[in-house]
Amino acid sequence: MKIEQTRDNSTLTLALEGRLDTITAPELEQVVNANLEGLTALIFDFAKLEYVSSAGLRVLLSAQKKMNKQGKMEVKNVCAEIMEVLDITGFSDILTIV
Amino acid sequence: MAAKEITVDAALEKGEELTAFVESMLEPYDPSPKATIQVDVAIDEVFSNIVMYSGAKTVTVVANLDEPTSVFSLTFIDKGNPYNPLEKEDPDVSLPVEEREIGGLGIFLVKKTMDDVHYERKADQNYFTIYKKIK
Repeated sequence: MKIEQTRDNSTLTLALEGRLDTITAPELEQVVNANLEGLTALIFDFAKLEYVSSAGLRVLLSAQKKMNKQGKMEVKNVCAEIMEVLDITGFSDILTIV
Repeated sequence: MAAKEITVDAALEKGEELTAFVESMLEPYDPSPKATIQVDVAIDEVFSNIVMYSGAKTVTVVANLDEPTSVFSLTFIDKGNPYNPLEKEDPDVSLPVEEREIGGLGIFLVKKTMDDVHYERKADQNYFTIYKKIK
């Protein structure tokens, strides 16, 4: 998985490419944790993401909990296959999908 | 087609090898992209579960495609501790964010996206099989 980071003041956009699974989820968690300070908006761009497994959902949940305390988090460009995973797991209610 | 089999070390990074094995096996049959993604996610969930909880050193995977029905089956066999993930209660997916926990979500996802799942303990081994119509 590739993670492209774009920081604009207190907004961080993470564009993910490939597969967010057991192997790659810890990388994403590290990037999120390393950038949290002073962050008021965290945007995930899923345009080039192929799929998300529960390991990836765990990172998204943890990021959402942290951003609830200091700003907002949004997920954009979610494809139908990933949307189904988010729907089944109830994550479409937890996350802000734009 | 004849069943195909692969044995890998019970290590998380070997999941990619399993995914590649299954994708190359299914490719000639032109599976739907959606079914392929769902099978890939199921492999990640089931294999990581075995690696983290069974204590097994290796995992053998037997793959089979029933051509007349296009039903693909994948059986994960390990010599680890008896472990039936299907006994775990489904997570409550309606809880608000602060109360949500992630345990059990992977197997829940597998149960919801596969057509059938089956667990059996025989000859001191765990057999976990997923079934999915690939088109």
